[in-house]
Amino acid sequence: MNSKLRLFFIENAVVILFILLIAVAIPVSGLPRQFLMQEILMRLGRNSFLVIALLLPIMAGMGLNFGMVLGAMAGQIGLIFIMDWGIVGIPGVLLAMIISLPISIFLGWLCGSIMNMAKGREMVTGFILAFFMNGLYMMIVLYAMGTLIPIMNPEMLLSRGYGIRNVVGLDGVRQCIDNLIPLKIGGLKIPVFSYLIIAAVSCFIVWFRKTKIGQDMRAVGQDRAVADAAGIPVERTRIMAIVISTVLAGIGQVIFLQNLGTINTTASHEQIGMFSIAALLIGGASVTRASIPNVLIGVTLFHLLFLVSPMAGKNLIGSAMLGEYFRQFVSYGVIAMALVLYEWKRMTQEHEARAELRGGAAPAKGAKGGAA
Amino acid sequence: MEGIKRFIADFGLPRVIITFYLLALFLAAPLVGVSLPASISDSLIRIGMNGIMVLAMVPMIQSGCGLNFGLSLGVIAGLLGATLSIEFGFAGVLGFVVAIGISQVFGAVFGYGYGKLLNRVKGGEMMIATYVGFSSVMIMSIAWLIMPYKSPTMIWGFGGEGLRTTISVEGFWRHILDDFLAVRIGDSFKFPTGAILVFVLVAVLIWAFFHLKLGTAVTAVGSNATYARASGINVNRMRIISVMMSTMLGGLGILVFEQSFGFIQLYEGPLYMAFPAVAAILIGGASVNKATLVHVFIGTALYQGILTMTPAIFNAVLKVDMSDVIRIIVSNGMILYALTRKTKVAK
Amino acid sequence: MDPAKPILSLRNIGKAFYGNRVLADVSFDVAPGEIVGLVGENGAGKSTLMKILFGMPVIHETGGYEGAILFEDREVRFRTPFEALDAGIGMVHQEFSLIPGFTTTENILLNRESFNNSILIDIFGKRISTLDRMTMESRSKKAIDKLGITLDPRMLVREMPVGHKQFTEIARELGRENVKLIVLDEPTAVLTESEAETLLGSLRTLSAEGIAIIFISHRLREVVELCDRVVVLRDGHNIKDLAARTTSIKEIASLMVGRTMEAQARIDAESAAREEKASGDGEPVLTVENLWVDMPGETVRNVNLSVRQGEIFGIGGLAGQGKLGIPNGLMGLYPAGGSVTLHGEPVALNSPRAALERRMAFGSEDRRGVGLLLDEGIDWNIAFTAMQVQDKYVTPLLGGLLKWRSDAAMSSLATEYIKLLEIRCTGPRQRAGTLSGGNQQKVCLAKAFALRPDLLFVSEPTRGIDIGAKHLVLDTLKKYNREYGTTIIMISSELEELRSICDRIAIVYEGRIEGILPHTAPVEDFGLLMAGADKDEAPATAGGGN
Repeated sequence: MNSKLRLFFIENAVVILFILLIAVAIPVSGLPRQFLMQEILMRLGRNSFLVIALLLPIMAGMGLNFGMVLGAMAGQIGLIFIMDWGIVGIPGVLLAMIISLPISIFLGWLCGSIMNMAKGREMVTGFILAFFMNGLYMMIVLYAMGTLIPIMNPEMLLSRGYGIRNVVGLDGVRQCIDNLIPLKIGGLKIPVFSYLIIAAVSCFIVWFRKTKIGQDMRAVGQDRAVADAAGIPVERTRIMAIVISTVLAGIGQVIFLQNLGTINTTASHEQIGMFSIAALLIGGASVTRASIPNVLIGVTLFHLLFLVSPMAGKNLIGSAMLGEYFRQFVSYGVIAMALVLYEWKRMTQEHEARAELRGGAAPAKGAKGGAA
Repeated sequence: MEGIKRFIADFGLPRVIITFYLLALFLAAPLVGVSLPASISDSLIRIGMNGIMVLAMVPMIQSGCGLNFGLSLGVIAGLLGATLSIEFGFAGVLGFVVAIGISQVFGAVFGYGYGKLLNRVKGGEMMIATYVGFSSVMIMSIAWLIMPYKSPTMIWGFGGEGLRTTISVEGFWRHILDDFLAVRIGDSFKFPTGAILVFVLVAVLIWAFFHLKLGTAVTAVGSNATYARASGINVNRMRIISVMMSTMLGGLGILVFEQSFGFIQLYEGPLYMAFPAVAAILIGGASVNKATLVHVFIGTALYQGILTMTPAIFNAVLKVDMSDVIRIIVSNGMILYALTRKTKVAK
Repeated sequence: MDPAKPILSLRNIGKAFYGNRVLADVSFDVAPGEIVGLVGENGAGKSTLMKILFGMPVIHETGGYEGAILFEDREVRFRTPFEALDAGIGMVHQEFSLIPGFTTTENILLNRESFNNSILIDIFGKRISTLDRMTMESRSKKAIDKLGITLDPRMLVREMPVGHKQFTEIARELGRENVKLIVLDEPTAVLTESEAETLLGSLRTLSAEGIAIIFISHRLREVVELCDRVVVLRDGHNIKDLAARTTSIKEIASLMVGRTMEAQARIDAESAAREEKASGDGEPVLTVENLWVDMPGETVRNVNLSVRQGEIFGIGGLAGQGKLGIPNGLMGLYPAGGSVTLHGEPVALNSPRAALERRMAFGSEDRRGVGLLLDEGIDWNIAFTAMQVQDKYVTPLLGGLLKWRSDAAMSSLATEYIKLLEIRCTGPRQRAGTLSGGNQQKVCLAKAFALRPDLLFVSEPTRGIDIGAKHLVLDTLKKYNREYGTTIIMISSELEELRSICDRIAIVYEGRIEGILPHTAPVEDFGLLMAGADKDEAPATAGGGN
């Protein structure tokens, strides 16, 4: 029993660490429990969809999809248009999602193809591609919109006459998904419809894993060479994983923004990749394995940390910035740690795979060779 | 025609495009009323400012550790040098030298730890470098808040906490290199002799290093680590040496940058500082595992040239400042291009 | 089995790679349900023959093949492995092709899973349907039963013992509905004895059900026990096609390594004409005891040998038996253990530096991976090790504190060896990666020579080189041995080559020294050692096989 307990602790070290950390930080911050619970309920509905978008690329062996930002950009463009055309409420949100679809599919196909050109470096490539695409996005949103791309509502534009404003209010669609099915329990507002959407996409993921293409993705994710030798179309399968991920990110960003109520044209999407990835990892996922529970646990813990850090910092040292920096440090640090663990595991696995080829009764003494 | 095609394939289509773009900008300058001497002077100053950080990329590329996205560690070493030097009350040449000295000590220590980490994660260095760099910047941000600095020029007024976000080096060592033996022609052209001299000097030192027996070993490690190991080289040690060099150069580089820029940028300042340096060396022709000094010179010149000329021309012609967006597209596009090229055969 | 109509018929198969002939006029038939053993030395052409049969792209990328293959009485010309699979030919390779996180069932049916029907298929295509796991499990059970063994269909592959993985691989080939012929390449190499026995039993079961089998193995005992017929390949020719019932291990071993009468006479004459070495009974310079080396694919289990000063000592054996592990282990490139003494002083293992400092050098068989810096010039490649270990080709500065690389000295060193070994290149700065294979080999040797070693290991020194270069390399080795007294340990798959320049030759079998013979020993004796058969000689009328 003891060793089983140990194994449990090792496997879930990250989650446990974070629970302890937050358990200490909450009282220090002095924030009321009611407030925290309401915030978490809200944020689960708002952010989970985006984090779920990360699951398929992990399954397909492509690691943490920093390129999901491309989908977020697509979603934002969709929202910009519906705000411009003055379409409100659920139809507006729906239309925004539909507009984002073809953009997401194209960007996802592009991202997947580029990642296929950089096998073994998918994560860095996605990371840089997100920055690159950000440049193109800004080119479009700040220079092409209002000039080459007609914008009907002049209120959307910057004072210079073209380019979308820095902050776009989403008054027409604000919280329309959240409020669709109003429910209040014990003074806490629960965004039922958002939860329903998340449940739906979770079912989609679970079903997807059971399909042939899901199986192919799993095979490709574990061993590209074996999958290729068996006739599975490796490149196409990988691209499909990224395309679905990007599409989900686009839809997720629309859900995210309708809850926030505003778009920061140049910045809303920038950190979304990093936040979503950090949340997923804090929830116990790794670069090679992630599931729905990781998403939900991760979003909860990550956002609790988000909420309590500034106040905890202020009460501890007298500086709210301290908490803010600490939170960012934790986000970056947990990703760094996950990447290190991944490389470690990979090197160990290769070592063990080679050991198999020794065959039969080998005098495998413990002494490993020296040097590199 | 064949020769041209091969040249483009070797040199890389993106680089050809970038070179032509820059040429076009320079040619357009006089036509749109942009002062050519001022532009060239600005470019030169920027080259002096940024060159050493691009040089910092060379050791790690040569040793096979990839592009050093974790240059922020070196920058932090440099920031410690600058702030401590001011804290201890040094100014002028002495202040600058003390800052450099402190930065090198920290750079060596940070580089050693960083190198040991990278040795454990061979194959995934780049991504980990990025996030280790980010995390370190955040830890330092907390440190800047709580470290007991007292110098009034650096801390927040009204008894606030910790150091200011931006600290001016006016009165300490502002432009100490730029103005050293500077050549001024008219009132729009200044050749920052000091900075360029230091840049060239450091480049020569690096060139010399790679001509030593030790530097030769480092190159071999990046070329084929198995071959190096079979020749009795301690591969891990060579890699750590290269990481230490890179981090120390980063520390020196940020100081040279600050003396020209005029300010020390703390907290989240160093977060993305690696990227322009990475982009520059790639633009100059380097790959993920091979970089020479020629790449550094060409890359820095092209990159800084674009950064200087684009806003000037675009502002004059279109009355629009697209420089930021162009910078993002060019630098990240270049890195993307390098990442998607096939690696060398030798493994 | 009634050989009425063969299921597979190879007629006059030939193959040459860029002028280098590997197979010539190989013909044999396989009847349905027959087990045919395919044996031969390295380089005899076994793997090339199987690549042709299995439609590997490398074959038709290099000019295709001559001759005809008839499968089920129709001529076939497979261009991809999938065409061969579709026709009913399965192949089980040496390296496992399994997904570690999948179950036995999932692996057996990889990319051939069963689906549940749904309307979505019509809209989105086949890949959208969910897997029908119940049907999959029953299909995989059927394949496992065909083998006559027990496998847990739900166990994850990464948790299986090695033997089970092998069986899963085979079951995958059997899982195909129309499989008629299976080729197994060294299937017992990684199995324990009892697992091997079980495997042979399953193969007999399959044969009884009418599935033809081609069994490639170096374990002649198993071949004789299991197979109906044995085909011996040598130098790309089908030397002999024997019924297993009427042959013996000794006969097969002799056929594997023997030569034609004329060639044999010539070699024997050359051997006799060689002057006896003055250092015939020199002091032992290198003593190796209980050496084990963890080199994947070339494991060394327990090697003991003693090499004399000034000797040219050969190490031979079939591929994968461990001969390559010996020099790699001694030079510290792979984890190793045991005790090694050089000139009476112990030598540290697991440290390339220690070996080099004791004046041992190594010309590796892995030219491109270990032996060369492909992106650097010839001068770097030749001078580098000597520079790093012996401080040569550097100019000391500041009283020895700094060692400045002397490009000029490196260049003249390179020029010297370019002349000596007749390396065809544009100059000492030409990138090693652009040289031909033979010239690359010469550069590797030059690197070892430049160290002026006391003891030189050369591994497969003439692999992939043309005849002229071969002679040059071997002559240079002899010259070094004669003029400088360098002790040379040569590891090679080519027995002829070993017998032509070595004084004594050790044969490695399954990680151990099977025997050490003088170069004058008859070639059949070597063959027996290589087959590990010197001890267990099956009597002429073997009870094994069908």
